[in-house]
Amino acid sequence: MLYSEKVMDHFTHPRNVGTIENADGVGEVGNAKCGDIMKIFLKISKDGVIDDVKFSTFGCGSAIASSSMATEMIKGKPVSQALELTNKAVVEALDGLPAHKIHCSVLAEEAVKAAVKDYYDKNGIAYDPELFKDKHDCEHCGE
Amino acid sequence: MNTIYADNAATTRLSKTALDAMMPYLTDQYGNPSSLHTVGQLAAEALFGARKTMAECLNCDPKEIIFTGGGSEADNQALLTGAELGAKKGKKHIISDVIEHHAILHSLKRLEKQGFEVTLLPVDGEGRVDPDDVRKAIRPDTALVSIMMANNEIGTLEPVKEIAAICHENGVLFHTDAVQAVGHIPVDVKDIGCDMLSLAGHKFHGPKGVGALYARKGLLVSSLIEGGAQERGKRAGTENIAGIVGMATALKEAVDNLDANMAKITKLRDRLIEGLSVISHSILNGPRDNRLPGNVNMCFEGIEGESLLLLLDQKGICASSGSACTSGSLDPSHVLLAIGRIHDVAHGSLRLSLCEYNTEEDIEAIIKAVPEIVDYLRRISPVWQDLQEGKRSYVIQ
Repeated sequence: MLYSEKVMDHFTHPRNVGTIENADGVGEVGNAKCGDIMKIFLKISKDGVIDDVKFSTFGCGSAIASSSMATEMIKGKPVSQALELTNKAVVEALDGLPAHKIHCSVLAEEAVKAAVKDYYDKNGIAYDPELFKDKHDCEHCGE
Repeated sequence: MNTIYADNAATTRLSKTALDAMMPYLTDQYGNPSSLHTVGQLAAEALFGARKTMAECLNCDPKEIIFTGGGSEADNQALLTGAELGAKKGKKHIISDVIEHHAILHSLKRLEKQGFEVTLLPVDGEGRVDPDDVRKAIRPDTALVSIMMANNEIGTLEPVKEIAAICHENGVLFHTDAVQAVGHIPVDVKDIGCDMLSLAGHKFHGPKGVGALYARKGLLVSSLIEGGAQERGKRAGTENIAGIVGMATALKEAVDNLDANMAKITKLRDRLIEGLSVISHSILNGPRDNRLPGNVNMCFEGIEGESLLLLLDQKGICASSGSACTSGSLDPSHVLLAIGRIHDVAHGSLRLSLCEYNTEEDIEAIIKAVPEIVDYLRRISPVWQDLQEGKRSYVIQ
């Protein structure tokens, strides 16, 4: 099989699908031209904990599974911990992804970061821009 | 769970008749046709019979059939032949089109590196090559024109007969990749007027790993594989007797039943197109009628093809897609881009390719499953949300 059982589980039964009205942070990464877009919505408590998270994804099986897994990994965690989520951790939690699908996990990491950055920006919270450097290398995405 | 196999353009189930015909050559009759003894000569007779059958099915002389290791090999050999014959006369220009199979396109890339000049003609919105474009592209130094008979992704039937006539008016060789056509629509090499034609056994219920190149009598064919006198020195290597016999048997079976199969499959195809066209913001790729009897190819806006395939597979339905994720590159299908589908939409394509083994129940099951999955994927797609909220404009109305 192309994908692990874990990937298929998160693809066919994705967790945290949907949107959040008046979300505290929204992050969208990817490009329809490349064939994948991820959007993550965060509800964040006054003390900086991710109370709720939802996602919507246009993309292949591994893109949907990566988004689902990433949302599960950050739910209930402080924002600072969500920022430490790496694509590698997502891949490991999914019991691996095929080599040419690793970029899906990179998108998931970036979607989480973009949502947190949006939350920081909206609330005037200072941050180190280095934390939000682009890791995704797709020829279409820069367009 | 029943498997509904609707990926017959990728490969087909081996016919029982072909398998039965092959079995002796995989068991007791294991001879090498080049051997002089009885065991070898039995194999030689089988080879002779298979070649005769193939020739009858294609309306040519048995000597005009060269057995190969598949359709891609036949395509490679045809282009090399056209190029080398042209080069001898100082002709180093080849014409083809943008929606050919990669067996053609990649061979042309190689020939370009060797100093040949290649013109790839565009196609219209339904994937059709305009014969007038061929006429205009022909130059005094044009050696070869290669245009497929039927497209493997969107099923478009190309006007190969008209194109062959134009080539011959101008003294240019004409090859057609008929891998998707043979066994599915009438293919008569004399009627088409082609100099070369490629076919592959496994596309019409024959075995994999065997194909053939038809090369008109008198044409000096270049060999890709050197090493022996097999195939009159044009393809070295001990013949794949079981494969060749299986292919010939499958082709005869397909040709004998062609009219009935075409009528049955066309009806299934038309019902499938009708059933899937009710999905909003969907579009058929390729012509409505002038297409392979078993080919359905559609784009659904707002979703990505690989996830659609995986969910269909969960329901036992085997199909294919032209999305980047399934093509193994960053870009979606070159065929869909060539007919004007933009990237965003080409990622959401689905190809269903039918054969005579499919049933009306199969088609109804697909017509039930696809809209459910498209709807599910759209509900979780941010692209679809943007389209619905007017933040993005629909490409497919």
